[in-house]
Parts: sequence; structure tokens; C-alpha cells
Amino acid sequence: MPNTMPDVSNSLTRTASFQLVWLGIAATLGFALLMVLLSWASALTGSGSSTLSAIDAESGTLTLQLSTEPPQLDSTRATDSVSIMILGHVMEGLLRFDANNQLVPGVAERWEIREDGATFWLREDARWSDGLPVTAHDFSFAWHTALAPETASEYAFILYPLKNAEAINTGTLPSDALGVRAVNDRMLEVEFEQPLAYFEELVAFPTYNPIREDFYRNRDGRYGADVGDLLYNGPFEMTVWVHGAHLRLEKNTDYWDHERVRLNVIDIPYFTTDTTAALNLYKDGQIAIVDYLGAEQLDEVLQQRWELLRFGDGSVWFLAFNFDSGRVTSNWHLRKALQLVTDPSELVNRIIKLPGNLPGESLFPVWLQGIDGFFRQEYPAPQIALDADAAREHLRLAMEELGLDEPPSLALLVDDTPGAGRQAEYFQNLYGTQLGIDIRIDRQIFKQRLAKMQNQDFDIATYGWGPDFADPLTFGELFASWNPNNNGRFSNQEYDQSVRLAQSSLDPRIRMDAFGRQQEILSEEVALIPNYERGRVYIKDRRLQGVVRRAVGPDPDFTNAYIVETP
Amino acid sequence: MTELSLTAADFERVSVERKVQTIVRPSLSYWRDAWVRLATNRRALASLYIVIALLLFTVAGPWVWTVDPTAQDLAQLSTPPGADRRAQIVEPYAPWNGVFTTVTESLANTVGATAEIQLAQPASTQAVRLVWAPVLGASGYRVYRNVYDPAPDGAVGLPLAEIYDPRQVSYEDLLDLTPTRYWYSVIATDRNGREAEEYTTLAVDTIRVITAAEAQIRGLVDLETTLSLGDEVRVSFHPLGTDYLGRDMLARLMYGARVSLFIGIIAPFFFVLTGILYGSAAGFIGGRVDQVLMRFADFVVALPFLLFMILFKIAFGIGPGESGVVPMLVALVVLSWPATARLVRGQILQIREEAYIGASQLLGAKTHYLILRHMIPNTVGVVLVTLTFAVPTVIFVEAFLSFIGMGVAPPTPSWGSMCNEGIQTMLNHPHELILPATLISLTVLAFNLLGDGLRDALDARMRSRE
Amino acid sequence: MYAYTLKRLIQGVITVWFIATATFVAMHSVPGDPLLNERGVNEEIRRNLEERYGLDRPIFDQYLIYMANMAKGDFGISFTQQNRSVNDIIREHFPVSATLGVLAIVFAGLGGVLWGALTALYRNRLPDVIVMFLVILGISVPSFVIAALSQLALVGLNDLVGFSVLPVAGWGSILHMLIPSLVLGLGTMAFLTRLMRSSMLEIVSADFIRTAYSKGLPPTRVFIKHQLRNAILPVITVLGPAIAAITTGGFVVELVFAIPGLGRFFVQAVQQLDYTVIMGTTVFYGAFLVFMVIAVDLIYGLVDPRVRLE
Repeated sequence: MPNTMPDVSNSLTRTASFQLVWLGIAATLGFALLMVLLSWASALTGSGSSTLSAIDAESGTLTLQLSTEPPQLDSTRATDSVSIMILGHVMEGLLRFDANNQLVPGVAERWEIREDGATFWLREDARWSDGLPVTAHDFSFAWHTALAPETASEYAFILYPLKNAEAINTGTLPSDALGVRAVNDRMLEVEFEQPLAYFEELVAFPTYNPIREDFYRNRDGRYGADVGDLLYNGPFEMTVWVHGAHLRLEKNTDYWDHERVRLNVIDIPYFTTDTTAALNLYKDGQIAIVDYLGAEQLDEVLQQRWELLRFGDGSVWFLAFNFDSGRVTSNWHLRKALQLVTDPSELVNRIIKLPGNLPGESLFPVWLQGIDGFFRQEYPAPQIALDADAAREHLRLAMEELGLDEPPSLALLVDDTPGAGRQAEYFQNLYGTQLGIDIRIDRQIFKQRLAKMQNQDFDIATYGWGPDFADPLTFGELFASWNPNNNGRFSNQEYDQSVRLAQSSLDPRIRMDAFGRQQEILSEEVALIPNYERGRVYIKDRRLQGVVRRAVGPDPDFTNAYIVETP
Repeated sequence: MTELSLTAADFERVSVERKVQTIVRPSLSYWRDAWVRLATNRRALASLYIVIALLLFTVAGPWVWTVDPTAQDLAQLSTPPGADRRAQIVEPYAPWNGVFTTVTESLANTVGATAEIQLAQPASTQAVRLVWAPVLGASGYRVYRNVYDPAPDGAVGLPLAEIYDPRQVSYEDLLDLTPTRYWYSVIATDRNGREAEEYTTLAVDTIRVITAAEAQIRGLVDLETTLSLGDEVRVSFHPLGTDYLGRDMLARLMYGARVSLFIGIIAPFFFVLTGILYGSAAGFIGGRVDQVLMRFADFVVALPFLLFMILFKIAFGIGPGESGVVPMLVALVVLSWPATARLVRGQILQIREEAYIGASQLLGAKTHYLILRHMIPNTVGVVLVTLTFAVPTVIFVEAFLSFIGMGVAPPTPSWGSMCNEGIQTMLNHPHELILPATLISLTVLAFNLLGDGLRDALDARMRSRE
Repeated sequence: MYAYTLKRLIQGVITVWFIATATFVAMHSVPGDPLLNERGVNEEIRRNLEERYGLDRPIFDQYLIYMANMAKGDFGISFTQQNRSVNDIIREHFPVSATLGVLAIVFAGLGGVLWGALTALYRNRLPDVIVMFLVILGISVPSFVIAALSQLALVGLNDLVGFSVLPVAGWGSILHMLIPSLVLGLGTMAFLTRLMRSSMLEIVSADFIRTAYSKGLPPTRVFIKHQLRNAILPVITVLGPAIAAITTGGFVVELVFAIPGLGRFFVQAVQQLDYTVIMGTTVFYGAFLVFMVIAVDLIYGLVDPRVRLE
């Protein structure tokens, strides 16, 4: 019996294989049928996708990819860059940024800023997407809403320069005490808590956008959650929002300055944080722009001979120290030792490897305006020359002061992005070989890292700060002892005084001198070790012109963009 | 009808000692038999060789190849295997202030091409210093670099810098310089910041350089040798190239094997074992116990893995920079067994109804004998498949967890995390992905071959065929 | 049968309740705070936020409130997508994941059974060896690489043909589904291939197969009716949990192909510690898994007469 098995199995193998082939064909057909059925079923749920390519000159359509969809578009609660970018296209505040990143009139026709307040005169032809005019009441309502404790807006603090705003937000004063008043439909009166030099910058921020009361109240807490839950007054209006799948912005013909807008449609059918996928979409002619690239993608772009562009995103990245007295990093000599061996240029050129990033020299980035020109040209950052021997001497002094026999071990808190991991390993090796300091890398996912920052559970942390408005104060404030973002609790009396002065003074020279002094204190005290000012490299279709990239405000900005037939 | 004739001899008793049959082979127990067949199985032998090779690589490798896997060489980032190692001795890097002119002309609406671009010093991987003649009326300059000739269609490449100061007519490039040919283009900008139509390009061949001090620290020459400028040395040898921080790939692969093989073999072994015991108990006992056990398995499967991983790490009190391998191992075992348990239970339910189980029970077999002798050997096929598939899965889970700060602490390498890093540079530096991935594949291959061999060896029904 | 099903469903509800409780406890025990953001906020704003999400109440009250709402089918409001309810998120994104998951599992199941049967037939011969190497390659290469490479291949294909044969990414039409579901199902298919092969080899020398041959049944009939049908059982066993795993584990594929599935929300929710979304998706998937397991057990009873459903 066993001897006959091979014969049986051979004939079986042959016939059974045929059977399998037939089954295989049947399976393939079945699979195809299933696909048809499923696509029919999902078409019923209504998630359509565009079939247009990157740029369609005839219909004036532009197709894009975004990293994520906006979480929601209620301007009182928007905090992330994607929401700010979309809001910048579908909404307009009193002021806005133009193609050269200058503040220009938006809904406000003209305005007047005084020491104790401001007055805005609204234009007559500013309209909501349902045709009704945008009035001063809409601004007043939005600001009241953002400050109401039950709204729980994270960006409420940006409205604090308004009189009594902070007290209202904390519930100690009633809402009607707010220093803002709609005198009539077209005139908005604002009172300040104290003199304010940069109110124009603030007014362009989305938290200051208007909201119409009757519409907001009708939404039952869903304002900004979906396409029908939002009224638009900007250059575009949203016509499609399939969550996570598709956004479509179309030119708003009710917009007062609609002649400025040259694109008809901005279609966004792709959401992914994977830049490789974005590059593949670009290569396939599906999207018109890849808004940032990784260093590892540059070779491919060079080979394809695409046009590469760059811009600074305005943020500054640095190593922050923990100043808690129980931590060794509260020792000045130790921080100084680390400062003297850190070479931001090597970090930028060898580890990050992306053009556009600048070696960090200061908390205040190079693009900030000073009195007449750039702040950093008027107040150059203190130069730190690398000096390993001096660093070792400082380390010795630090160990003496701390009563240590060997170099301390430090926990370096970083986030879970690939770039952060590389930088952390670079620092680990750098401080290990130069100073014999053992760096323990503490890699944490988003909320865990924030919790550790908040609880001061770190020695050193990599930290990035992006500006909220285009004034050095948005950076300078960061190290004020009362700032909730000053996670290491750096505290210096002279520094605090200097920040207070910059907050309340109206004289540019006094303010810039204050920032200059802050820059010096930070360097002398080694409150931070600057790493880099982040730059972005991006590619865009040559037929697409007039795209604006910026550090403060909606980015990228397509409101001035247009399509040319031949590049 | 034939006549039957019987004699008296026919009624004699047959001798008891007479042999009816001869046993030609020695009697073998089930497990001995299985072992004999495993040892003669070609596939199993092949897997054995692979395993020995991997162990040698892991254990003996670092004795032979004594390079430190954490030593970074920022002059040799992501070099593929077999790259040119020649380097020239140069002076240490000294900062350069650049060249500035005085500008008297007012800014122009349109500007022309940059005149010639020159090198301020020989181009090397240390720095490339460019100087150009000022352009009349320019508001500033933009410097681009390409690794391809921009001539055909004006693809000038990487935007290295935007210079807003019209007096500055120089630029120092330090960005990730490798020994190759670069094409630098300098374009003047007019008063509105628009680029000029015309521009000049300079092709530059960079050579690899190293300072004498560096060469001695890295041990490229012995300490007695005095190097003079222009001497040629060879930078350190990396047979399998380097990674993104210039660390030796071979050394990292050797050290990475420790973590990956440890976790990749121990974790599946334990959770599959747990699964077998749990599943066979549930399947065999059946009834209410089975119901409760399997509902608990469903419960464990549905728990969000990442969340519980974080919990385990905290429960074990693993601080920053400490290795989380043990909590990871425990968590993997605690959270991963249900799949095997379910599979084994299914098999047991099926086998329980087989005739030979009933026969065995009738013959008085005890429960543990039934399970160990009849049931588990019959599930061995599917169990081995689960086990072999768990190996790469666990290796990648380790990598993922390390990536989010829950596994081994950097700079300790592991194959999985090397793959993860390699993915990012997949197209530019494929060796960073292919090498660790190949080793993982080899491990999986060894397990598959071993699994096949074991399966064949343990299959009682195949005994008679060989 | 009906009584059995009912009993299983009741058990299922209890299991889901346990899952919900364990997740709730775990979620509140891990460090981190759903209300923390890149921008730190002052005490007062923080209090406002806590009040809004009910986090100012004692933890046990929070648990009771959550369970009561869950029983009513209300999973609450997302922390990160502040104006969207978790119910909306599941309703809008689960069908996408499910479509992808069903296609992937069908592909994996059919492919696994066919390749497994084929390799078992050609055991230790060339087709077997080739398939084994492909399987090993398929499982040792990270899924991200397979996804990225297949996308790259799509770009190459479209470039070669000169027009868009298959979309590179996105969601919405039948063409968008094909490649992602194949990539998603590949790993499971490799697993099922090996499982099927192993299971086939065990069956091939079973008594009932011999009996079937002795009865004089034609080989093909024996193959399909007896061998294949019996060998498929372990495949069905793992299919239930595999469906749930594939539907939740589509994160990488969803990311690379820009697909609006629930997997991305789930992973993101854990990272963002978005309490309501973690709870909602875990409970939903838990229920889904339990349901799948029940379904598979019922199917088991139908396919294999030896398994008694008590």
C-alpha cells in the first residue's frame, strides 16, 4: 500500500493542479465582483474623489495634498497650522497678510491704533457667504466667545491684550466687561489692558476672525465641524468636506476683493503625513506642490530636474535645560561646558542635511524686524567659539560644585520623529566623546513628552518654538518666569523686567534694546543652546505661480496664486 | 472432491520458539524516531547551518571585527560598501569671513549674469568656498548646487542660500559634502527680489580630505608617522558601509543581532508555548471552562497594544536610557498568546473527535498522556507555522517600540530599528535597509526550514515511508 | 443553535464591558494628559478645558458617566477634533477600513488556500520552494517598504503607459481599492499559505482520505471534497481574529495610500491620548472582534460536523 502512494499522488497532483487553477480563476473573478459590489456600496456613502490632475488651467483648478485634515474650523479654537492655513483661505479678519507678507486691510477699511485702544472702520462690501454683510458685531461676538470660560479656547491668551480679557476668561468678571464694542455695524472700538505695540500683528491671527452670532447659535456646538457648519467671508468657500478624504475650496464670488483671486478651485483629495507618498503623487502629476521634503528625497528631486524652492518656517529649535534646583543642569558651569562643545553648524550640515536650515545662534531668528532693518543685524547674537579645553575646565568646576566624582549622566527628552532620534544620537555621541557625559535618550510619544516637559521630568529637552505673531516678543516671552511654556522654569529677574518693558512700551528703540538685552542674558546664563532655525525645501509645478510661503500666518497661501499655460 | 489426508505429524504442536517474523530495525520510541528523522532531513540540516552561522556572526563576530558600533564618523555618512577611501591631509578647518565689496550703485530693476565664479581655496569635503564678481545693481544673490549639469534646462538644483546683502560676493558651502562633482550656480536678484535671467555655473570636483590630527585619532596612521599637507591616507575601512551617522554597518549588524535574535526567538517561544497550553486545556476540557477561557482570550486580543505597552514600561519602572527589553518581552508574551491558543484549541476540538483518541481512551490512557502524546503532536504543523511567522513580527514590533522610546535605548542597535532607519533612505542608500532586512530574512528562512523539518519528523504517519 | 447563539452574544456583551473597563483604567493610568498641547496654557484656561470635558470630576464618576453614555451608544466628543463626535468618526471612517479589510482578507484567504494547496501538492518540489521563498520575503520585509515600493511601481507603470492606469493614492473609486487591499492582505496571505500547506499535509495521510480512495472516488473529488474542506479548518479559525487585526492594523497602508480609514485615527488617538476616541474605537473594535469570533465559531459548526456547538 505505501508503495503505491507516489503513483496516486502524481496523478492526483496533476488533476488537482488543474482543479486549483480553475478555483484560482473563480477566486479572481469573485474578488473582482466583490470589489465592484463594495465600490458600489461605498459610492452610496458619498466619498467621491477628484479625477483631475495637478493643474487644470482651463477650469482654474489646483490639486493639493495636505498632511492631515483640519481637526475642525471653529476659529476660536483653532490651534494647528493646517486649520490656520484653511481658515486663511476661507475667512478674513480685520487685517490680512499680502503677497509680500505685509499687513494690509482685510475686512477693516482703515484703522487707528492709540495708546489706550484702537478703532476699526469696516468696509461696506465685506460679505458672508450667505450674502449678509460682515459687521462689527461679528467681531465682538467672536472675541467674546473665544474668551468665555465654557468655550475653553486654548488660544484665548492671544486676546488678553483686550481690556479685562484675562479676568473674563478666568471667570472673575462678566463677559460684558470686555474692552470691545461695536459702535455701529461698521465701527469697532477696542480698549487695551495696557499700551500695546503689536496689536496689528495680533488682529491678523485667526482667533480674531469674525463669527456671526445667529449662525453660531444655530449649530448646536457643531460650529466649524463640517462643510455646512461654517459661514465664509474669505477669498474661498468650502464646498466639499469628506472627513479625512476630501476638501474642496471654491472661489467665493461674494468676497469683496474677489477680483484678486485668480484660482477657481483648490481641490485637496489627499491627506497623508508620508512625504514619500506626496512625492509619488507629485511625480504622477496628481498634485501641484509638495510643501516640504525630507533630506533623503533631494537626490530623487535633483535627478528629476524639478525646481526646488526654500523658505524659513520661522521656528527656532534649541536644547532647553531644566533649572529645577534638584537637577545638575541648574549648574551654570555644566551648561556652559555643553555650550562650548556644541556646534550648530555641524548639526545642520551633517545631520539635518537640508538646505534652508540655519545654524542656531540665538532664540531670536534672523527674519525678525528690528528698528529699521533686521533685528539680528542691529543686535548681533553673541558668538560662542568652540573650545573643548575650556569646556572640560567648566565641567571640572561643575563637578566640584555639585560634589560629583565623575561627569553626570543626563536625560535628554526628545519626541518620536525620525529626525529627533538622529539628532539625539548625535548629541549623545558628541557629549559622550567630548566631555564624557553619558546622555540617556528619553524618547516619548507626543502627550507623554508634553507631560514630562510640564512636570519638569528631564535634564535637557529638544524644543521648537514657532511664532504666533511677527514680533520678537513671541520669542522673548518664552523665557519669562511666568510663561507656561517655560518648561525648564528659567527664572531671571532682569530678564523678566526686560520682557515686561517690551510688552508695555511703545517705543521701538526701547523695545528692541530690551530684546537685545534678553538675547545677551540667555547666552550668558546658557538658558538654552540654539540648534537651528528651521527651513523647508519644497517643489512646485512650474505652471503654478504666486504661491506665498510664510513664517507667520496661513502657509502655504494660494489666495494670490495663478496658473500660467507655459512656464 | 479431493480427499484430505492427515497424518499424525500434522497434529504435533508447533514449537513456541519458532520465529514468525524478524524485526529488522531496532525499536524506536516516538521521540527518538523523530530525532533520527530530523537529523537526516536536508532542510533541517540547512537550517542548522544557518543558525550556526548567525550565532557565530553574533557571538564570535565582535571578537573578529572589533569596531565600536556606536562610534560616529561624520566624514563618512551613509557610504555604501566599497566606496573610495582615499583622502588628502589638509589643515584644520578655520572659519572664513567671506569676501565683501562696497556697493555704490542703486538697485536695478533688471540685473545681468554673475561674472565668473572662483574657488577661494581648493574644493574639498571640508568646505567649498566660492567668490564671484559683483553684479551691477544686484540686491543680493542666490546660490544653488546640483549634482547634475544644469545646462540643458536650467535645473540649478538645491537652493543653498539666499544672500540679501548685495555687498556679500562669497559663499561657503558646508552642506553634506561628498567627494563628487558639483555644479554651483550663482544668480543675482534685482531690486524686487526676482532672479536674473542669466547666470553662471561653475563645476567643482571635491576631494575627500582629513586633518592630520583627525587621521591620528581615528588610527589611520600610527602615532610616529608625521603627516604633511597633501599626503594621501585611507579613511577607516567599513566593509558593509556606514549608516546615517557614519557608524560601521558590520559592527552594528553584529550587535543588533543580540537584541533582535533574543527578543525574536524568546518572545515567540514563550507566547506560543503559553498559547499551546492554554488552547489545549480549553479545547480538551471543553464546556463552561472552555467558554470562559476563550472569552478571556478575546478580551486580551481586543486590548489596545500600544497603551498597554506604555503601562508595562511604567509598571517595570524603566527610566530614560535604560533598556526596556524585559518589560517588552513580558508584554509581548502577555498580549500575544491568544492567536496561538485559538488555533490550537480549534485543532484540539477537531482531534478530540478522532477515532484514535477514543481508542486510546478505551485502552486506559490518562489525560496528560492523551494531550501530550496524541493531541499536541498532531497540532505541531500549525503551531510551527505560527512560531516561524511570529519571529519577524516580533523583530519589527521591537523596532517600532524602540522607535517610540519603549524598547532598547539608543545607541544600542537592533536589526528592526536599523530597517526602520533604512526605510527613510531606501532609495538613496539602499544598503542601510537591505543588509538588516537580509539578515532578518535569513533568520526567518532558518525557522521555516527547521519548522518544515520538525513537522516532517514529528509526523507519526510518515514513519513508515522512510 | 439559537439558544447557543444567544448565549454567545450575552457573553460577548460581558467581554466588551470588560474590554471597556480595562481600557478605561489603562488609559487613565498612563502618564500624559489629553489636554496638554504644544502651546502650554495657564491655569485658568486649563480649568476651563477640564470642566468642558468633565475631567474635573472624580475618576469613578467619570467611569460611571462614560459607561452610562456608552450603553446608550454615545461615545462622546473627540478631544482633538473638538466639534466632532466619536460616533461620527467611527461612522465615517469604519466603512473605509472595513472595505479595505474585507478585500484584503478575501484576497488573503483565497490566495492562502490556493497557494497552500498547491505547495502541499508539490511538496518539496520547485513550486513549493519558490512559494516558500516568496513567503519569507513577504514577511521579512516591513510592510511600509512593500507599500512604498508598490506605490513607486504604480508611478512607474503610469509613467510607462502615459496615462493614469491606477491611482497612486487616495480613495473613492474601485481603482483606489485594488493595490492597497492587496498590499494589506499580503502578510496574512503568506501566513495562510503556510498554514494551509501544513494542514493539507496532515490531512493527506488521514484515515478518511484513504477510505475515500478505497471507495473508488475519483482523486479530484477526494481532493476537493475531503482534503481541501478539512484542511481549511485552521484557516477559518485564524480568519476571525485576522479580520479584526487587518481592519485595525491598516495604519501603514492607510498612511502611504492616503486612505481615510479608522486605523489612522486609532493610532493617532493613542499618541494624542484622546480619551474618547481611544475608548470609542477600542470598544467598537472589541465588539467587532467578539462578533467575528462568534461568527467564525458558528461557521465552524457548519463546516465541520464533528464540532458540536453546545
